[in-house]
Amino acid sequence: MTLSTFTRRAALAGLGGALTLPAIRPSLAQAAPIKVGVLHSLSGTMAISETALRDTVLMMTNWINGRGGLLGRRVEAVVVDPASNWPLFAEKARELLQVARVDVTFGCWTSVSRKSVLPVFEELNGMLFYPVQYEGEEESRNIFYTGAAPNQQAIPAVEYLMGADGGEAKRIALLGTDYVYPRTTNRILRAFLNSKGISDADIMEEYTPFGHSDWQGIVARVKRFAGEGKRTAIVSTINGDANVPFYRELGNQGIKAEDIPSVAFSVGEEELAGIDTRPLVGHLAAWNYFMSVQSPVNTDFLNMWRAYINNPRRVTNDPMEATLVGFKMWTQAVAQAGTTAVDAVRTAMYGQKVDAPSGYTLEMHRNHHLSKPVMIGEVQANGQFNIVWKTPNAIQAENWSPFIPENANRRRG
Amino acid sequence: MPRLLVLLLLLLAPLQARGQEAFEALLPGLAGGFAQQAQTVERLGTLGDPRAAAVLRALSDGRLLKRPDGTLLLRDGERVTEFPGGAAADAAGAEPVRINNRVRAALRGALGRLSLLSPDAAERMAAAEAVFRSRAAENIPLLEAALARESVAAIRARMELALAASRLAAGQDDAKRAAISALGASSSTEARAVLLEARAGNPALGAEIEAAVAAIDRRLEIRRAAETLFQGLSLGSVLLLAALGLAVTFGVMGVINMAHGEFVMLGAYTTFVMQEALRDIPALAPWSLPLAVPAAFLVAAACGAAMERGLIRHLYGRPLETLLLTFGVGMMIQQAVRLGFGAQNREVTSPPWMQGTLELPFGVMVTQNRLWILVFSLVVLLLTVAAIRLTRFGLEMRAVTQNRRIASAMGIRTGRVDALTFAFGSGIAGIAGVALSQIDNVSPNLGTSYIIDSFMVVVFGGVGSLAGTLVGAMTLGVVNKVLEPYAGVVLAKVFVLVAIMLFIQRRPRGLFALKGRAAEQ
Repeated sequence: MTLSTFTRRAALAGLGGALTLPAIRPSLAQAAPIKVGVLHSLSGTMAISETALRDTVLMMTNWINGRGGLLGRRVEAVVVDPASNWPLFAEKARELLQVARVDVTFGCWTSVSRKSVLPVFEELNGMLFYPVQYEGEEESRNIFYTGAAPNQQAIPAVEYLMGADGGEAKRIALLGTDYVYPRTTNRILRAFLNSKGISDADIMEEYTPFGHSDWQGIVARVKRFAGEGKRTAIVSTINGDANVPFYRELGNQGIKAEDIPSVAFSVGEEELAGIDTRPLVGHLAAWNYFMSVQSPVNTDFLNMWRAYINNPRRVTNDPMEATLVGFKMWTQAVAQAGTTAVDAVRTAMYGQKVDAPSGYTLEMHRNHHLSKPVMIGEVQANGQFNIVWKTPNAIQAENWSPFIPENANRRRG
Repeated sequence: MPRLLVLLLLLLAPLQARGQEAFEALLPGLAGGFAQQAQTVERLGTLGDPRAAAVLRALSDGRLLKRPDGTLLLRDGERVTEFPGGAAADAAGAEPVRINNRVRAALRGALGRLSLLSPDAAERMAAAEAVFRSRAAENIPLLEAALARESVAAIRARMELALAASRLAAGQDDAKRAAISALGASSSTEARAVLLEARAGNPALGAEIEAAVAAIDRRLEIRRAAETLFQGLSLGSVLLLAALGLAVTFGVMGVINMAHGEFVMLGAYTTFVMQEALRDIPALAPWSLPLAVPAAFLVAAACGAAMERGLIRHLYGRPLETLLLTFGVGMMIQQAVRLGFGAQNREVTSPPWMQGTLELPFGVMVTQNRLWILVFSLVVLLLTVAAIRLTRFGLEMRAVTQNRRIASAMGIRTGRVDALTFAFGSGIAGIAGVALSQIDNVSPNLGTSYIIDSFMVVVFGGVGSLAGTLVGAMTLGVVNKVLEPYAGVVLAKVFVLVAIMLFIQRRPRGLFALKGRAAEQ
């Protein structure tokens, strides 16, 4: 009796639902939501960079839900805080994949955090979108790399410093945080510089811990290194909030960009937001996108971001753009595959194209990397970048660098 | 003097006649590509046209605008005028002419040449500096003329160096020899760089250049040692500040307070709050940093007193429990700040007197913020010593630590003294936070990075001895900075840690071991 009442009610409810369905737009609440994991540090030394990426993913889930969701289902974000703690990244990744059962994850900034979660994503066949420039030497079938490989950022930047516009540097100081990304990048750069006729005597290399604050000795040594009668430049792979005291020390010791320019690979608009940039005018950063790019897609991006974050002065930066591009590509691939199953989406990802805020059309290649334009910007007094150089086209990623001898036998592309 | 002016005008006269027509023909180049801009700037700088300075300065400050049709506008505050011409214009549709480092370097040289004769001494100094950096033959007559008029010794010295550098770049061999010895007589790293740069182009003068560089190196050696010493003392002063509060709570009272770093962090946040609170009060805003010192002391001391009364006093004599408890409280404070202020770093701006570099005698360069922190740490140390040695509170504190029961029998309220002592130590940690906000990031994690160092200093210096804390902090700072160039930042710290471990093995009581009955407790 009770059972039949229940089924009848259920049938009525279902009928009612079916009847009202055409009246409202395809109901998002019906099917279980698609879950998007967000694995970015919201505390600790990397919070300065990663918090904005969490907000970008949340903005994009809002955006896709506003357009009726994906495959008729709502998209829901699951946010965790791995707290700049590398082993915790792996734990949180496992939690996302096994407990929250997310369909895709956007996350990580430092390479050490990516290396920490990589085995988890491979073991459980998850899908991670990694939005930050990195050192290459990796190609996991479970990761899509939407940031730059070294040939899309580091090498063009150093070439610029060695060119006429960049000041014809003949001596390079490589300063970095002590972990895998700076060390590998600098290894590639050293081989590249050697191939351009710059000997090891003209290369200085120093590493500091995360969150380092006492830069006086290093900056003084860079000054001395620059006093050998050859034009000198700094290549900085310093990550996280250690950049703030580093730039403060550069300013205090009076290092002007006209004399010793520095180019940074991990400092964007978001990091500069907390610094007085007037003493830093002319120092450089290399990225694949700057907020100052003039393009209609970028204007939309800016408007959407500022409306979402409810702050008309918030800035955008390159990893945010890479997150947005990755998210859009993923939604296109899911729509094309008709499912969120990782293997089907992976196949659908290859060849996806997105009109990016950088003003270029970016394509995902079979090596899991994007083709990207390279841009070099100078810091301006208002904390924005003045784009002084860019490639005419988006260039393909060489994630296995030809400057690392072990890669000689590897298939490229 | 007027005769010299005439001489200068005569020197420039032929340039000027050519310049009048050439000037306007050159101007469109200012809105071209970076290479063209740089060339145009250099040529405008040598033309001698009186209008050049204005347009170059505007370009350098981002006040030069260009219309889509290529004509130039000059913005001066609210006023926008056409250039050349000077008719008022509408800035709509025009955008600032952008420059890059290459153009900026050319501008610096050109503007330097144009302001060598400025009536303002600071401007002439900057001009001499700029001309020194852009070495070229056309600087030579300008510098000679400027030197003839210059009376300030420091500026003269700079100009002579600049002249020597330009002569070395473009002169006869005799002039070059004189230039080499002039540069070699200085003790400037820039002069050394100029000499080394010229070495490749002048193989005939190689020996002279080597000798001059060696002479500079000998003079620089002392300066570099002094600078390394300063860096070490500066690091030592930071360690001292961080450890001083601990020297009171751990050294005198024997409480292992793992939340000490969090009191430092609270002090830094108090600085931030003071800065924000006083931002809109023009009279007080520049004083927010000095005012933050007492505020940070009170905030941290209040927290310390609450912690001592509420928790620690129940655990005296049980170090392991105290350690775990204070560690937990530290995490709670950290999380509370993270909830209240957010996980993002907070920006504490430095007042102008804490920015830039100060030149001490013998050309030793020290950064202002570090210098002030060094001075500040010594003042805080002296005040702490005075409070312990000279005040009634200090006397009671020493009495209680030496013999609690007799002190109590003499009528000292030991519980109150304990609370005050702990509050005092915590307050000093808060003061350290004010100083650290100037050189480190104000984040909830600020304290964690200093807690280990603080214990290291106190244990190394000798538990219970303020002199030991001072000597310990400074020794560790200097050793660290001396090792840094050889071992790198990461390894230097490892070496220091290993050295301390070995030292503690041999002398468990640290550098300044207390003797007598106090040491036995």
